[in-house]
Amino acid sequence: MFHYFKRAVLDILSNRFLNVITIVTIALSILVVSTFVLFFENISRVIDSWNQGFRIVAYLGEGFTPSMLPSLTAKIQAMDGTGDVRFIPKEEGLELLKQEMKNRSAFLETLAENPLPHALEIRMKRSGLEWDEITAFAKAVEQLPQVADVEYGQRWLGRFLSLFNLFRVTGYAMSSLFFMIALFITANTVRLALYSRRQEVEIMRLVGATDRFIITPFYIQGLIQGTLGGMVGLSILLITFLAISFNLDESVASYMLFDIQFLSVKYWVIIILGSSFLGWLGCYLSLKQFLKY
Amino acid sequence: MGRVAPDPLLNTYAKDDMESRDPIIRLFNVSKRFGKHYALKNITMDVDAGEFIFVTGSSGAGKSTLMKMIYLADRASQGQIIVDGMNLDRISHDRIPFLRRSIGVIFQDFKLIPNRTVFSNVALVLEAAGEKPARIKKRVMQVLETTGMADKVNAFPLSLSGGEQQRVAVARAVVGNPKIILADEPTGSLDSEAAQAVLDFLMQYHDKGATILIVSHNMQLISSTVRGRSISLADGSLVGTARML
Repeated sequence: MFHYFKRAVLDILSNRFLNVITIVTIALSILVVSTFVLFFENISRVIDSWNQGFRIVAYLGEGFTPSMLPSLTAKIQAMDGTGDVRFIPKEEGLELLKQEMKNRSAFLETLAENPLPHALEIRMKRSGLEWDEITAFAKAVEQLPQVADVEYGQRWLGRFLSLFNLFRVTGYAMSSLFFMIALFITANTVRLALYSRRQEVEIMRLVGATDRFIITPFYIQGLIQGTLGGMVGLSILLITFLAISFNLDESVASYMLFDIQFLSVKYWVIIILGSSFLGWLGCYLSLKQFLKY
Repeated sequence: MGRVAPDPLLNTYAKDDMESRDPIIRLFNVSKRFGKHYALKNITMDVDAGEFIFVTGSSGAGKSTLMKMIYLADRASQGQIIVDGMNLDRISHDRIPFLRRSIGVIFQDFKLIPNRTVFSNVALVLEAAGEKPARIKKRVMQVLETTGMADKVNAFPLSLSGGEQQRVAVARAVVGNPKIILADEPTGSLDSEAAQAVLDFLMQYHDKGATILIVSHNMQLISSTVRGRSISLADGSLVGTARML
């Protein structure tokens, strides 16, 4: 195996330009794919954190009296996915509103009576809930006779999730496209290498070399190209990420409401392995054709 | 020594010699066709183990085609060839490398790999056979010393003269200790001194028991070799054989 590895490295060094082009192409493809992975990993983390403390506010109708609270709470607690249920009397609701509106809350002092209804704040227990499940839960709460209305950010969150799904589909499509491009270029590099060395390969065959002896260095070369391409792509992403993180204004960062993190080790490993596989597959496709002759 | 069939007139060698050895190469009605043109027509012959044979004939007679079919660089259109017990008509793809390892081929155009050193070109045969590096180094140096190329071990083929390149090609052909050596015009592009050196080396290798087939139309060289027999081809047919005296 050492002999094959040595030959593969010597081949890479003797065809530097061609191999650098392949490694750069793989690196760029990996950069695009891992950028999408970075984006989705962070967004998924945020959505998970929202889901973990996902809050639904149920506004109670005029017929509600505090004596109904225990039975109503029990009914909601019995629903699948319910975490904490907290009763917010309308007086407390008004105080909270005043605190949120701060300087603009003066007009609330002029109100003759409190216009807010009593409310229940329901926190969801499970993380990773799908949007459909949240909607179904909210509708079940709304069906309860004492509940007049529910609020769970259905408009903006629904839109956000639709947009996120659109990004996800685009990400899959772009990743597939770049994978195909990298695969095509890797396969062509091997084909060109084979073509430029066809005389050598022919001589090898004539002196008794097996197909395995001839092609193994090409496979190793493909794996090296893929691995190096993956490492270069991830390194570029890491450097860009660190540069942006360090230069990000604190005030901008605070608006983002969550901490952006780089890819986890799990994704590092997956991306490097995927990149190596890409190099190997490129070789396989070229050599499969070559061995027919 | 050897036999050529079916023409009894071609059998000019002693019968007792014929029975003393087993054929290592056998051809039965072998023909090779390119389109409508026959490069070889119904060749039937045996080459016994340890024979020294010159294959002669004018250009286009089919000499090189015959050689190519023996080491399976090309396949016969018709007939059967058996080399060292392997029927080339039925040999599997996986077995072809093993056939080629039992044959050392010297090409007219040397077929050396330009970006490999002399050592690496010769070592290739042993590397392909899966030999250990220490054994490869020892054996390659041994052969390069015998062929007088030990001082050029790190040179690249293009920096060598034609005679030197041919000696490297000869070293590569014998390094794996093959039973059979096929040499296609091994002296074609060499001066008389270099040609004689190559021939002398092949005769030494023959003395050790190898079977040698040399394609050549250098009649002066052939006549100076007092051993073996010569086979003549013309228009793809076997037209004669003679013992060297």
